[in-house]
Amino acid sequence: MVPASAPAVVNEYEHERVPDRALKGPRSFWGLYAGEHTAGTEFMLGPLFIAWGASAVDVILGLLLGNILAVLTWRYLTAPIATDLRLTLYCKLEKICGRRLVTLYNLANGVLFCFLAGAMVTVSATAVGVPFPEVRMPTFSDRLPTGFAWCVVVIALGALQTFVAVRGYAVVARVSQLAAPWMFLIFVACGLVTLPKLASLNPVDIWTGVALDGRPRIGFAGIVLFAWLCNAAMHLGMSDLSILRYARRPAYGWAAGAGMFLGHYVAWICASLLFALELQRHGAAASNAPGPMVFSAVGWAGLACVVMAGWTTANPTIYRAGLAFQGVLPKLSRTAGTVIAGTLATIAGLFPAFAMQLLEFVGIYGTVLAPVGAIIAVDHWLARRVGVTPDWAERTGATFNPAALLAWLLPVAVFFWLYRTHGIFPSYLTVPVWLACGALYVVFSRTLLRRPSAP
Amino acid sequence: MKTARLLALLGLLLTLVPAGLFALGLLAEGPMKLALLGGTILWFAAAPRWLGDTGD
Repeated sequence: MVPASAPAVVNEYEHERVPDRALKGPRSFWGLYAGEHTAGTEFMLGPLFIAWGASAVDVILGLLLGNILAVLTWRYLTAPIATDLRLTLYCKLEKICGRRLVTLYNLANGVLFCFLAGAMVTVSATAVGVPFPEVRMPTFSDRLPTGFAWCVVVIALGALQTFVAVRGYAVVARVSQLAAPWMFLIFVACGLVTLPKLASLNPVDIWTGVALDGRPRIGFAGIVLFAWLCNAAMHLGMSDLSILRYARRPAYGWAAGAGMFLGHYVAWICASLLFALELQRHGAAASNAPGPMVFSAVGWAGLACVVMAGWTTANPTIYRAGLAFQGVLPKLSRTAGTVIAGTLATIAGLFPAFAMQLLEFVGIYGTVLAPVGAIIAVDHWLARRVGVTPDWAERTGATFNPAALLAWLLPVAVFFWLYRTHGIFPSYLTVPVWLACGALYVVFSRTLLRRPSAP
Repeated sequence: MKTARLLALLGLLLTLVPAGLFALGLLAEGPMKLALLGGTILWFAAAPRWLGDTGD
């Protein structure tokens, strides 16, 4: 679900248009998307669908529809803008919103990245803890650290991952690329191995539609919207401009389909099967900790897969969060930024709450970050038609665009209010918040922003 | 290079086929897990040599 190999690309042409000679062929995009969407998060998300009471139809058809919508969004929204502009999100955002607002975006991005990386440290820790019986594995209901041994494992892993993010990122990126096809096959193997152990192969008995622990049922719409919008920050939010700006044609956006249908369909369903078996064996006491489930299914190879899946997701995320913090405080060295990010991620990793509530967290992540993509879409496609100055900050020399800030924060504030007071599933609100942000940007741009002086 | 490719692909096959055989009841759990571990080791030993020259 999370980009694992992008930074090697992101660091090139950060402040300029990608030249034609640097464009890449379609193969690299298919490989990149297939690899980055088969990751540690997949081990958590599959079981959560069962815990949230998804039925067989919800999962099989809902995921199919949601993933199709995600691919279409990449193809027809992100890729055309990326290939027109050939700029990173940060570069384009700075042209529209000014340096100071990009700093705020960086901060939000960095903090959310840390929590995501923390969830992945948790995933890895469930595998490393398997050989140590004193490590109590977290369950759905665990929000706090499960004990001293758990803390030791998480802190050791977090420190190691931070150290590698500081010193040896290139190695991890390489391992991540190498691991991708093998990791996907381990997911499939887990699914295959689980089938003969299940009491019934009827999908209705696997995805029963009954939520655990009195959770609200997620339902068909929830599954469709989650599958569509779990990567909203990347497609609607335009974070993948950084990747797709290297595409020769917008049609390369179809490559996202490799990630969606291998990672977000096959891998999620296989991970779901693992938890269905766990529920069959342990009932309400079942744990969705990936380490023990995968070890029980496919042995040491599975354990290696869980550690690597968590590691290869957490490491670039810590690295990216460090870069984001460095963007907030330019005097901060990259090492210091990465250490801060790694420390925050490790602290977050101690608390299983982030991993156990990944469905909600991913929805929040997308809903907070995606709206800036609406500002870019308005600027790119509608600006002149609706009387908005394209690239306002660049043209006026401003460092801060108040229209963009208000257009972003107001819908996000309403989202948080609805989420906190009414408990609305975050993915339901991602698109309304995105649309509201785009509309408000038009209104505030016309009313609050001065026009650039004529040349 | 050719040998590395063959070994890497064999590693991937060993990661998947034993699981399929187990699902069909043709292989016991212990050998299946051992074969998967073997496939994993084979893939990570051979794939860097195979893919080392073909990365983007």
